Amino acid sequence: MKPATTAEILITVIARLLRGSRHVVAGAQSPVPGAAALLAKSLGWGVERVTVLGSSRYNAYTDGGVETFDMAAQGRIDAFFLGGGQIDGEANINLVGVGGYPDSKVRWPGSFGSPYQYALVPKVILFREEHTPRVMVPRVDFISAPGTSPSHVHRPGGPSALVSGLCLFSFDRQRKRFRLESVHPGHDAEEVRQQTGFDYDAPAQVPQTEAPDATLLAQIRGPIREQIAETYPRFADSLAG
Amino acid sequence: MTNSFRSLQQLAAAIPDGARIAVAQDSCGVSMALTRALIRRKARGLHLVCVPISGMQADLLIGAGCVDTIETSAVSLGEYGSAPRFLAALRSGRLRLLEATCPAIHAALQAGEKDLPFIPLRGLIGSDIVRVRPDWKVIENPFADAARMAQGGDPIVLLPAIRPDVAIFHAPFADREGNVFIGRKRELLTMAHAAFRSLVTVERIIEGSVFDNPATAAGSVPAIYVDGIAVLAQGAAPVGLPEHYVPDGDQIKRYASAALSDEGFAGFVRDWLQVNAAADDNTVAEGRGASEALTSGGHTASAHTIAAPNKGVAT
Repeated sequence: MKPATTAEILITVIARLLRGSRHVVAGAQSPVPGAAALLAKSLGWGVERVTVLGSSRYNAYTDGGVETFDMAAQGRIDAFFLGGGQIDGEANINLVGVGGYPDSKVRWPGSFGSPYQYALVPKVILFREEHTPRVMVPRVDFISAPGTSPSHVHRPGGPSALVSGLCLFSFDRQRKRFRLESVHPGHDAEEVRQQTGFDYDAPAQVPQTEAPDATLLAQIRGPIREQIAETYPRFADSLAG
Repeated sequence: MTNSFRSLQQLAAAIPDGARIAVAQDSCGVSMALTRALIRRKARGLHLVCVPISGMQADLLIGAGCVDTIETSAVSLGEYGSAPRFLAALRSGRLRLLEATCPAIHAALQAGEKDLPFIPLRGLIGSDIVRVRPDWKVIENPFADAARMAQGGDPIVLLPAIRPDVAIFHAPFADREGNVFIGRKRELLTMAHAAFRSLVTVERIIEGSVFDNPATAAGSVPAIYVDGIAVLAQGAAPVGLPEHYVPDGDQIKRYASAALSDEGFAGFVRDWLQVNAAADDNTVAEGRGASEALTSGGHTASAHTIAAPNKGVAT
């Protein structure tokens, strides 16, 4: 069997983070989180329902686009995913652009539902494959959605982890800091430090991310690949056969 | 309900310059046919409300100079990349952007459905979007209990309602009474409720009524909200109509690359309008044919024929 690809390692890392999250929603343009949610469900890891926005098969909504937001507000979604063109050390995310506003030097598509879902879904996993100083910045140029809020602001939700192509961070909402939990195979803690523009905590010995074993890989390359193909055919093709 | 069937040109003519128009996101049914008609009629000063995001439709209208203001949570071509004309217009300062977030647009339209002046929404506090949207206000929840107030209060964002002048979208079919089937794309119903008028393109006309079957009735926009319908198969191409036809990836890719330059964009639009000219014009001819069939009392109309344009004004 071919060794795990980066995508397969990321799917596995995220799937492990979803343990016990009964309803997981993967947003548009989120093939890796979508596959991870389907993997966690297929393995009986406490994920009972997966909603893949953009899918017909994994989408039991009947009230239009607003339903995912109404569900989030009511606590009917346990885990969701967000990314960002910039992510800073306090887990603020920026999906709008680089430089001033509105005269951005670089402009991205926009914030989508981020300032709402980030505040209301209990477990938000930040996922951004590119891990470079231009993405992992000391301070975002525009806060699409804040990582934390003052204690009096109604905020049942927020960030729990950040998964990149290099590593897994957990996030401590009280201390407003990331902690390096593990580094993916083929990379090391020094590389993470060099590629990260913000400060974070790290243990003296940083563990290596556990790669998927043969059973997990077979699951990803078989049923999960087939399931995600409905929404993300190109991505499904890219999963090693 | 009076006959609401129109030609594509009549629908475009019924959208005045400066109108605030609500458009659907790619997964819901985008009227690319009406987009072409708006570009042909050189619409100007439009205010687009994207529900809650847009892609090629907004990019085309912006590139063609039809749009002054866009209210949106994002504009992108999805897996085909960024929206080149949207970005170019922002760089040049030609486009006014009302930065938004998806649930805020949905909620503001829901307020519009009830003709409320505003609606509160959770989340959002601490986002710079609230800072750059002076028309969004943060108040203390007037119903917060004493304990909550003692702990610092309960701030909540208020959004002004959105009542678009016109909602435009594309749907699988309508019946001859002008009821439009949308399936479970319920945001189209919200758009139609909130807007003063809705102008719709559909793939085809069905015999019988959508109300003959509770399943189709539950997934329909009743004719009372629908002011004009034009029939054009493949009216959502190349964006695609979910569960009917997939996006034309080659065409969108070609657009994504052509639209990087002014000349490339102009060339793409010229070709795109030309290739579709006959089909777009034909909505009138088919209407005439259907008119005769209807007045003779026959039910001979095929799936692609439509009833005649109403004699009344296309408001």
